[in-house]
Amino acid sequence: MQLSRQDTVAQAEQTPDVEQPFTELGLKDEEYQRIRDILGRRPTDTELAMYSVMWSEHCSYKSSKVHLRQFGEKAPKTDVLLVGMGENAGVVDVGDGLAVTFKVESHNHPSYVEPYQGAATGVGGIVRDILTMGARPIAVMDSLRFGDVDNDDTRRLVGGVVSGVGGYGNCLGLPNIGGEVAFDPTYNGNPLVNALCLGVMRADRIQLAKAEGVGNQVILLGAKTGRDGIGGASVLASATFEDGSETKRPSVQVGDPFMEKLLIECCLELYNRDLVTGIQDLGAAGIACSISETSAHGAGGMRVELERVPLREPSMTPVEIVMSESQERMLAIVRPEDADEALAVCARWGVLATVIGEVTDGDRLIVTWHGDVVADVPPGTLADDGPVYERPLERPADQDALQSGGSRSLARPSGPDELRAAVLAMAASPNLCSRRWVTEQYDRYVLGGTVLAMPHDGGVLRLADDTVRGVALALDGNGRYARLDPYAGAQLALSEAYRNVSVTGARPIAVTNCLNFGSPEDPSVMWQFAEATRGLADGCLELGVPVTGGNVSFYNQTGATAINPTPVVGVLGVVDDVTTSVPSGFTRDDDVVLLFGATDEELDGSEWAWATHRHLGGMPPRVRLAEERALSATLQRATAEGLLSGAHDLSDGGLASALVESGLLDGVGARLRIAGDPFVALFSESTARAVVTCADADVDRLLSIAADAGVPVARLGRTGGDELSIDGLFSIPLDELRAAHEVTLPALFG
Amino acid sequence: MSTRIGVVTFPGSLDDRDALRAVRVAGGEPVPLWHGEHDLHDVDAVVLPGGFSYGDYLRCGAIARFSPVMTEVVAAAERGMPVLGICNGFQVLCESHLLPGALIRNAGLHFTCIDQQLRVESTSTAWTGEYSAGSQIRIPLKNGEGQYVADETTLDRLEGEGRVVFRYVGGNPNGSRRDIAGIRNERGNVVGLMPHPEHAIDSLTGPGTDGLGMFVSVLKSFVCS
Repeated sequence: MQLSRQDTVAQAEQTPDVEQPFTELGLKDEEYQRIRDILGRRPTDTELAMYSVMWSEHCSYKSSKVHLRQFGEKAPKTDVLLVGMGENAGVVDVGDGLAVTFKVESHNHPSYVEPYQGAATGVGGIVRDILTMGARPIAVMDSLRFGDVDNDDTRRLVGGVVSGVGGYGNCLGLPNIGGEVAFDPTYNGNPLVNALCLGVMRADRIQLAKAEGVGNQVILLGAKTGRDGIGGASVLASATFEDGSETKRPSVQVGDPFMEKLLIECCLELYNRDLVTGIQDLGAAGIACSISETSAHGAGGMRVELERVPLREPSMTPVEIVMSESQERMLAIVRPEDADEALAVCARWGVLATVIGEVTDGDRLIVTWHGDVVADVPPGTLADDGPVYERPLERPADQDALQSGGSRSLARPSGPDELRAAVLAMAASPNLCSRRWVTEQYDRYVLGGTVLAMPHDGGVLRLADDTVRGVALALDGNGRYARLDPYAGAQLALSEAYRNVSVTGARPIAVTNCLNFGSPEDPSVMWQFAEATRGLADGCLELGVPVTGGNVSFYNQTGATAINPTPVVGVLGVVDDVTTSVPSGFTRDDDVVLLFGATDEELDGSEWAWATHRHLGGMPPRVRLAEERALSATLQRATAEGLLSGAHDLSDGGLASALVESGLLDGVGARLRIAGDPFVALFSESTARAVVTCADADVDRLLSIAADAGVPVARLGRTGGDELSIDGLFSIPLDELRAAHEVTLPALFG
Repeated sequence: MSTRIGVVTFPGSLDDRDALRAVRVAGGEPVPLWHGEHDLHDVDAVVLPGGFSYGDYLRCGAIARFSPVMTEVVAAAERGMPVLGICNGFQVLCESHLLPGALIRNAGLHFTCIDQQLRVESTSTAWTGEYSAGSQIRIPLKNGEGQYVADETTLDRLEGEGRVVFRYVGGNPNGSRRDIAGIRNERGNVVGLMPHPEHAIDSLTGPGTDGLGMFVSVLKSFVCS
């Protein structure tokens, strides 16, 4: 049947047996039956639409919930967490009365369909999540994964996504302080675009997404509501509501960063004047989500008069209005006596603001359309009590074969010339080469708080002009490691981000994550997901850093082939004094170069094996969480004592990659000696390692700090000159190294 | 009494807080100005900051030019008040015809954020008196539409009258005619440039302190006059 424009509750009661297109909306038979049981009748069209989006995988986490619970159950003891999982973003106390909120979220599928707008609105969406918590957004980061550089479509996606991330973030005035870019054929046809935003606020100014206080006004702020993005979050992209034109509307939203900038300033002024009692952004599932979540999480109900919503297209139906994912909108709850002042603030910023309803007593969310009731539901059943699935798990059939096919048999470079060539080739390889072509398209200076940004290992921000307190951030993932062993892979992503924050001298305190996986209906994907979440939860417990929030992105696959499981982990650190933050490389001549940590022969899943032989097999590097902690403690202490002139983490590409990046940072060479098998020393990806530099006078003190923490140290040599030189093996002029390192991305995508 | 330097906030201005900070660090009194007011609040000089005024969906600076505050800025500039336009502010000054020429899309078509080397070509402006002519400075450049263009006659005139204030050195990042990074009006009170001096006032958060001189220059110009 066709849905009419005005299916009301009264009609629903009179026509209980009308067939409804719940299957097309992505609901299963038992889910539809449950809606009927909750309501005691058939749902109206509007209710059906609301349940279908709120109970979608994207909004309800129905397949992931049972696994994500571990992040709470295994959370380490901490006194810094002010708001934990479940809100729009976690909030962490960073001292001096300041709090920081941060979160990473995916926008993978929209970015494939329309790379510029998909990536742009990905940034816009995560920024609103941070704004919703009461914070001023102060930085973004992005983790991007594309298909093979040789894939025909990669160029379109790289160009579009990078300019979309930049176009939106630059126009919003948010510095982009880091992230990652990776290429792998596993992402052909399914790029990953994960955007992180970080915001700062006074710890006593946290806003929550709840509607309370009978008579309080429900105000919709920002852009008009249009037909863009209907079903973007869920299952509706191909559903037919009325035969004809609507069916072909794009389900990718279109971003307007200018409107978002106004929305940010407007909301911050509303917070500062204490004019809102609750606020929620409109993202996935639009009005349906924001009204159901705010009313579910407050005391009381809500009545919304849908015809008051300002529309871009006046012919929109109630169903379309509640489901629209038009960008740059917020929902604020305001006391009636404050409403005029709030509307005046919005007018000053040129932000459209409309009272669309009010908080009621009782416990129902009632939506009307020109006086007719089109939805009358208990809001908790939409927001919190969606279906929960324990999906079947099964270890992939090829997992054993994959793990037994290690890298030992691969031909290795031997002799000085081959090693030299390998170092240059790896420096130029797509996954290790300079990211400058990408990062120069992002503003890293705006707001004036950026202390470290790319190419440094972690971004560091000063939180305000009148303090030296700051935060450090890093965002990392490795789909190859996770494919070989998802439990370890998640911990390795965590370890790397933790290490990247640590080398700046910061103290890691909290975690966010974006879990990118294939279809949850595939038991082997679910096994990967279960393993990865268990690994991450265990890892966070051992490292003492709680998960504060995150995002799950399923259905990342082309046909039956899922992407490599790709948990991306963001780690936040606290910096007591940003003037002591440590740069990621050699910064002056005649410093002593040390290698912290132990190197084993760990080349399975390595960048070398992949870049040189297109080989993926064996077991990823051993997870060494205790060693990571010790390394971090050493770096923190050395930073506090002002001993370090530089510190670079070792990760993909091993020591060779760390030395190349260290030398090219400020154009300072080094003369070094390495022990053992030089190939293993240069390219093994053993974890819990860093290259650090210090002045002669500080070496003894540094060694004693490392010894106290049990961190093994090897003395590599000394900085200086304009070559990277390894005694007895080779030396490469920095100019030659730079040429190799810099040319790759511009040549591919420039 | 300290010198009051106004910084205009248009809807979509982004580096306004940074410009206010730079004024403060240089020793002036920063005064926020609002695009919608016909009021300069008795400031002694005005900075038009970087950003994307009104979203820059039309032509950069094309709408900001018509805002109420710009009527006052133009009138004050014509009376001799020092005005500095940075990036989007430079675009607004060109759109307002306080400065000749226009800024178009970078030759490389990408937004570019780099630390840029500049040569100070003219010190006879309200904003560059503290620099020595010919000296080189390094300050951030970040824009998508920073390619300075003008007809040959205008360019020749700018050169002939010594009105090129900053020139890119070590490579032209955006295809600007004759490597021009900044220019001034005839009187020298109005200067526009694409790079961002307000992001080079503290080596902790910028590539150095080379940008501070512009804010110090204007403050000193009042002490001297």
